[in-house]
Amino acid sequence: MEVQFPIKQILNEDGVVVNSEFENEMTESLTKELYIKMLRARMFDRKGVNLQRQGRIGTYVPFEGQEAAQVGSSVVLKEGDWMFPTYRDHAATLTYGHSARNLFLYWKGYPIGCVPPEGKNIFPPAVPIASQLLHATGTAWAEKMKGTDRCSIVYFGDGATSEGDFHEGLNFASVFNAPVIFFNQNNGFAISVPMEKQMKTKTIAQKAVAYDIPGVRIDGNDIFVVYFETKKAMDHARSGNGPTLIEAVTYRYGAHTTADDPSKYRDQEEAKRRRETTDPLLRLERYMTNQGYFDEAWKTQVEEEITKEIEQAVEDMEAFGPAEITDMFNHVFHTPTWSIQEQFESFQSRMKEEV
Amino acid sequence: MSTAVKTQKLTMVQAITDAMATMMREHDDVLVLGEDVGKNGGVFRATEGLQAEFGEQRVIDTPLAESGIIGTSIGLAMNGFRPIAEMQFLGFIYPAFNQIMTHASRIRSRTLGHFTVPMVIRAPFGAGVRAPEIHSDSVESLFTHMPGIKVVVPSNAYDAKGLLIASIEDPDPVLFLEPMRCYRSHKIEVPEDKYTVEIGKGARLQEGEDISLIAWGAMVDVVKKAAKEMEEAEGITCDVLDLRTLYPLDRDLITESVQKTGRAVIVHEAPGTGGVGNDVVSLINDTSFLHLRSPIKRVTGHDTPVPMFAIEDHYLPDAERVKQAIIDIVRF
Repeated sequence: MEVQFPIKQILNEDGVVVNSEFENEMTESLTKELYIKMLRARMFDRKGVNLQRQGRIGTYVPFEGQEAAQVGSSVVLKEGDWMFPTYRDHAATLTYGHSARNLFLYWKGYPIGCVPPEGKNIFPPAVPIASQLLHATGTAWAEKMKGTDRCSIVYFGDGATSEGDFHEGLNFASVFNAPVIFFNQNNGFAISVPMEKQMKTKTIAQKAVAYDIPGVRIDGNDIFVVYFETKKAMDHARSGNGPTLIEAVTYRYGAHTTADDPSKYRDQEEAKRRRETTDPLLRLERYMTNQGYFDEAWKTQVEEEITKEIEQAVEDMEAFGPAEITDMFNHVFHTPTWSIQEQFESFQSRMKEEV
Repeated sequence: MSTAVKTQKLTMVQAITDAMATMMREHDDVLVLGEDVGKNGGVFRATEGLQAEFGEQRVIDTPLAESGIIGTSIGLAMNGFRPIAEMQFLGFIYPAFNQIMTHASRIRSRTLGHFTVPMVIRAPFGAGVRAPEIHSDSVESLFTHMPGIKVVVPSNAYDAKGLLIASIEDPDPVLFLEPMRCYRSHKIEVPEDKYTVEIGKGARLQEGEDISLIAWGAMVDVVKKAAKEMEEAEGITCDVLDLRTLYPLDRDLITESVQKTGRAVIVHEAPGTGGVGNDVVSLINDTSFLHLRSPIKRVTGHDTPVPMFAIEDHYLPDAERVKQAIIDIVRF
């Protein structure tokens, strides 16, 4: 199966083009756009970890190392498409247009952090593993019934493929020919459990065979292959040909969450080595250098702009004020039931007494 | 000029079909999906004729996967449709529990109203029809305990149609429980046109002075029988309530009744521990403690799995058990 599902690459680790299929489209402006978006994601992520360390937000889930997979797959979405992230996919949600302030607020435990900007159909991070595959299928199926060309993309990890909802999602999507992209980020570990303990199959892409849908295995740290393969899958879906399973093989350099210690379960030298060799940003830098349009001054300028944006988002997060307590009561139902209404009133009178 | 409402005699299961057809004719966004709901018309024939009338795009035979049915219905509901998802039996809903608990019931809350899930989950439930194992569970309290979903249980054809239409029109998820014992037990006059029965409102089926009998679903007939026999044998008159909605409970109706009679027996076929009867007891305690003339009694299923059907009659509350409870309380 590894032979039938080889890892597709456009750029190798040295930033050299090994597959020229899309070379015409790999323009300087696209390359720079992708680079800026990946850098933005990485800087956001590092800021998230720092904010947690400083006690300014709660537990944070870092994604460093997975920027190419998330940015390359989300940048091809169009307005109105549906995105279903996990809790590690804020590079994808940020790239698609989620507000950085709300993303930080999410990790600060604020309910408003789950609310996407108007016009962006971004679901809150799915916490129960693989449950979101069915929602992506349902929303995509709805678009198909409405006769639009919109589609859904859903993110999930290697561990998620063990869940029943993974199978049910792929099966329903294939049966109903729903325009959905199942975007798997195989980072090799479900917290501490490595892939070989998760499944006997050597690839995740091969599972597509069981549903008679296309399955593609790509180098998840190669932004170009992610970008072009996701685009291809979306065009396929938008023109009524149904779902695709994409396995983006990647690696998270850091911990599962800021509450996790990966040195307990994996070799830290390996993470270090991978950072040096397979890093998606370094790889694109190498390519850009080879192309003759990477320079440090440009990078510094881009970094300054991103820093400004992220610092503003942090400032906005901290200026947001206390979380709205009444959010707890106000949105359980369209109209509160009497028990919720009564509990709310009782809560309010307690609050008044305290003041 | 006649103002008479045109009616037809229907069983409960026919009234349920009629409710879905009524709403599907009126609204293109209403879909029916589930296992065997298409050509077969559902294992109880609740969707009979719907696929023929509305087509395979709107009456959809799904793969055999409860989590898949509910999970994709959530996506459909978030994106402009109003799915009615059929669980073949309530006892088969467990694979979908995660989808209902962590998503359907809390998407509105999580997104502060940005995304909503206007879906109905229909599920036949309850014992007493000689069904195989697992088919007879009454686990309504798993869902009344779940914030963000309403739980509705009709006991007759009229309420079934009106409540199902109200459930489809509700902007939030509703679990619509259909007592199998009532599917074909009565045929009553049901209006042909559209009407609703308000969610959250129970019904007083019979006026009485001495004791309130509170039940829902298939236990309503049991309670009515007990009430009739008590009046004939002992002259005890019962105020009989059919709650019809288990979340939110009809507090006003229960309170008014218990404050009048000063006594209450609650009857349900689900296990006593953790059952909705306990919420009714709490409600009476909160509203009517000083009106009580005796302790409240519950007549419930045992804290056992619903047994195989050769012995299920010994699990289910019957009129004799209800009558004994009434006597115990009135003579307290």
